[in-house]
Amino acid sequence: MKPITVNPQLHEDGQSTSIISRIWRIPALLAGGIMLAVLVLLAIFIPFISPHDPTGQDLSAFLQPPSAKHWLGTDQLGRDLFTRLIYAARTDLTIMVLAEIIPFCTGVLLGMIAGYYGKWLDSVISLLTDTFIAFPFYLIVIIVAFASGAGQRGIYITFMLVGWIVFARVTRGLTASFRQQEWVASAQTLGLPGIRIILRHILPNVLPQAIVVLMTDMVGLLVAIVTLGYLGIGIAPPTPDWGTMISDGQPFITTAWWLSAVPGLAVVYVGIALSLVGDGLADLWRKK
Amino acid sequence: MMAIRPVLEIDALSLAAKSNKKLVDNVSFSLSKGETLGLVGESGSGKSLTLRAILGILPRGIEQVGGTVKNEERSAMVFQDPRGSLDPLCPVVKQLTEVVYYRQRLSRRASRKAALELLHMLGLPASLQTSDRYPSQLSGGQCQRVVIAMALACKPGILLCDEPTTALDVTVQKQIMETISALQVELGFAMVFVTHNLAIAAAMCSKLCVMKEGKIIEQGNTLSLLQNPQNPYTQMLMNSVLPVPELEGSD
Repeated sequence: MKPITVNPQLHEDGQSTSIISRIWRIPALLAGGIMLAVLVLLAIFIPFISPHDPTGQDLSAFLQPPSAKHWLGTDQLGRDLFTRLIYAARTDLTIMVLAEIIPFCTGVLLGMIAGYYGKWLDSVISLLTDTFIAFPFYLIVIIVAFASGAGQRGIYITFMLVGWIVFARVTRGLTASFRQQEWVASAQTLGLPGIRIILRHILPNVLPQAIVVLMTDMVGLLVAIVTLGYLGIGIAPPTPDWGTMISDGQPFITTAWWLSAVPGLAVVYVGIALSLVGDGLADLWRKK
Repeated sequence: MMAIRPVLEIDALSLAAKSNKKLVDNVSFSLSKGETLGLVGESGSGKSLTLRAILGILPRGIEQVGGTVKNEERSAMVFQDPRGSLDPLCPVVKQLTEVVYYRQRLSRRASRKAALELLHMLGLPASLQTSDRYPSQLSGGQCQRVVIAMALACKPGILLCDEPTTALDVTVQKQIMETISALQVELGFAMVFVTHNLAIAAAMCSKLCVMKEGKIIEQGNTLSLLQNPQNPYTQMLMNSVLPVPELEGSD
């Protein structure tokens, strides 16, 4: 068969710039990324940076102000605050990431299924999300944390129960709007199986938005983890955690205010970093 | 002129929205092998809905309330907006390969080879094969060629074209129309061609149906219909377009 007409002009607009050079042009993403990287690197290498033991007590040197030996001072049991702060980042950030994985996957998948197939499937999934949203989030968190006993398990269970909802809602809406677009109708008429359209074509299109939502959702989850620790139903001492550190420092707020302020600021720091990354990623994908 | 055996027969098709408003009312036509039928009319006259009813992809909230669609052959559709009918985040060659893989049941490698052959047949440049091109990197005309290639990958007996040239430049329109005509001669599929452009319809189709507000108000052989329009709406439609070439040369 011979070609009929040839129109060899290809459009080369803007796609030639690589991902890395595009990231450089988004300050929010860069700043957030660096903030997160600094904390993660510290958390990984803290055993080599600090000579102190996060749980080792030294009652002769309690409530010391910041000094060259103890960068952020010591707490009421003489433990080095900086060391504990970074070890707490290990605990809290690990839980934060692990507790998001399963809800993220199930939420995105259920949202796409609801948005794509519609009808009764959509009704069932929407009913579930609306029911869960009607309950105050912290009420569920505290009830489940109490029921499952103190520790990380409560957080994981709660988040598997309610964490998927926000992702399901976002992807459902997006998928339903893609459903109205011609390329989905076109793929259907061309005979591609529904599951293939969902995984190969709809997923890449909803993923950017879902990841931006993931970033903000992780901030909320981190605050929940810290809140539970503060209330004494989260991570149990002596494991370092920002929430228990804030409540431990509370009695000394007038004499050694940094004991509570520093872990509080650490939460704010992570919150800002994740929000910047989320904003930056949204910018990055919008420009495309 | 009697058709031998129609490949597509639509009998008294009626479509309605949930509010019971009739959008397509009592539409009938038939199409035999290798024939081209044009559906002409203004926007909102129910042309596209009729096509979607043939494929069974009516938008949510619109239902078939009467009539039958008898479809003897596989059908595939070319949509109006070429870029909108391709997944923006998937390289075009992959999308085409995927259709070949699912419809022709070849191996992955053979599918890709068949896909590249189709692209070549549609006159797309070889640079598409060597690097991953996304729909946003192609021109509108190239996207429409890819879309047509995807439709042809289904090996359709009937090609449904929903204003395939409306979103394109005039010069590209002509190229695409020539491509479609040449492919029709070569592959012998029947075609339903929806357009609001009477000149394009006259050039492409042997039979015409003029639609208005969901009804066919006039249908027949293209030449006789255009030379001697009975319905005032058809006359108005003809007067509203620039001179139709066939008419000027016919006497």
